[in-house]
Amino acid sequence: MIREPITAPGPGRRHRRSFWSLLGEQAVEAAIRLSGISAIVFVLAIFFFIFREAAPVLFSEQFDPIEFLFSVQWYPTSAVDVRYGTLALTAGTAGVTLLAMALAVPFGLGAAIFVSEFCGPRVKETLKVVIELLAAIPSVVWGFVALTVLSRLMVEYTSAPVGVNMLNGGIILALMSVPIIVSIGEDALRAVPDSYREAAVAMGATRWQLVFRVLLPAARHGLLAAVLLGVGRAVGETMAVLMATGHAVHVPHGILDSVRTLTANIAAELGEAPAGSEHYRILFLTGIQLFAITFAVNLAADLVVRGTRRR
Amino acid sequence: MAIDPRAKIEVEGLRLAYGHREAIRGVSFDVQANEILGIIGPAQSGKTSLLRCLNRTIDFVAGAHVTGTIRVDGEDVRRVRDVFDLRRRIGMVAPLPVGLPMSIYDNVAFAPRCAGITSRGELDGRVERCLRQAALWDEVKDRLGSLGTKLSGGQQQRLTIARALSHEPEILCLDEFSIAIDPVTTMRIEDVLRELKREVTIILVTNLTQQARRLADRTMFLMAGELVEIGPNAVVFSDAPAQRKTYEYISGLFG
Repeated sequence: MIREPITAPGPGRRHRRSFWSLLGEQAVEAAIRLSGISAIVFVLAIFFFIFREAAPVLFSEQFDPIEFLFSVQWYPTSAVDVRYGTLALTAGTAGVTLLAMALAVPFGLGAAIFVSEFCGPRVKETLKVVIELLAAIPSVVWGFVALTVLSRLMVEYTSAPVGVNMLNGGIILALMSVPIIVSIGEDALRAVPDSYREAAVAMGATRWQLVFRVLLPAARHGLLAAVLLGVGRAVGETMAVLMATGHAVHVPHGILDSVRTLTANIAAELGEAPAGSEHYRILFLTGIQLFAITFAVNLAADLVVRGTRRR
Repeated sequence: MAIDPRAKIEVEGLRLAYGHREAIRGVSFDVQANEILGIIGPAQSGKTSLLRCLNRTIDFVAGAHVTGTIRVDGEDVRRVRDVFDLRRRIGMVAPLPVGLPMSIYDNVAFAPRCAGITSRGELDGRVERCLRQAALWDEVKDRLGSLGTKLSGGQQQRLTIARALSHEPEILCLDEFSIAIDPVTTMRIEDVLRELKREVTIILVTNLTQQARRLADRTMFLMAGELVEIGPNAVVFSDAPAQRKTYEYISGLFG
């Protein structure tokens, strides 16, 4: 093959890109821009449609926001005295989520640290496959496990009167959140440059000193994101908690009480509420409430991250 | 070559292979206490690998296989009971500065803290002394709390030098420390190294043969994992070193 002689790009020989190549690039740019904007549009659209369904009751005269938020009485289908107080449902969601996180965060982050820093390459590959498998189990299967396996264990080994309760739901949600926390947390730890590890080790840091003094601070934003996604999974999970928590509208006094969560309540009642009825609209309002809760959690985390970044 | 029984570091028949690729092919030399040993040689000659064998960070490289012995004060580094203590006895400065993502103060106090020092007064004293030695104190003394990673490249490199001194090492290894530093600062640090020589043994890996000539007492020339020549600077940098290759490399005929 004859090579073309390398010459400096003189004014006459400059390579020009073709019209189609320029047009193609602009088309790709437009497509990317469109998909970016559509993400925002979809979120706003979801919010808009939920809000539209809920709005008539929100602005009606019988609606009492104080009762809605702070009353524990949820009697949507009572013939005598209809009440829409969601405090018990919010408490159920909060209780189950907190319990799940108390179990899942230490196990999840611990497993992420183990997978990323302590185990050998073969164990690591095996563990990652197992964790991904765990994440792929559908939530209804988890609910089934809660109903058949865990609830029996509950009755046998605790003083719980019924096997489906907050502890059961918390354990199931923890099992569902752990894979997410592990895989995102491991990504965050792996993203810490190896040069940090080398520098710390060359100064005589032991493995634990390396983990606690260098890796965790360096990866804290990613680890927080991992925990938040776990929280998101726990707050939003519906089917498994519906099956695991016992579905009793009741502010829990202990972890062995049965509860009902906001999500499970919507799933269970929306099918029976006549479209357009007050009950139906109130259920959409609890949807907005869920939206607000997750938004508040994300916002709080964002502020925490910004606070630590500024320091 | 006869091994001096009082040598700080003795290396005997050191071989290192990454899988099937040999990086160091049987190198023997010694480093006397309180000398500066310059190590020069083209890329891929095994200079950095040698340092990693010395502080045993080579252990983390999958597939690396070391034979031969390295003794520090007569003790085989691969048999030491506390490898973390060994690493604290050896200060290491990497070619590209790595500011750990923490404050300037914490960067320097990291190693002493790992060694178990918690007294605020002692840490303060060490941080100031090490930053002064690395010619960085005057520039950062008013912002010790700000992030080490926000310093400029040259300042970060001096921060890593301060860090390498913070655990009061007996041996200081510098791996091409001046890549990211301007000539004036380089000269200041070279002065510091001449001072430090009274307390520590220094191994200076450098691509600048002139730096080795200026600074080292003896210089070692490595090529493709083999030791070509080691000797006093007066010989290595003369017109007639023991090996013709050395002369050719130093005078710029190749490399």
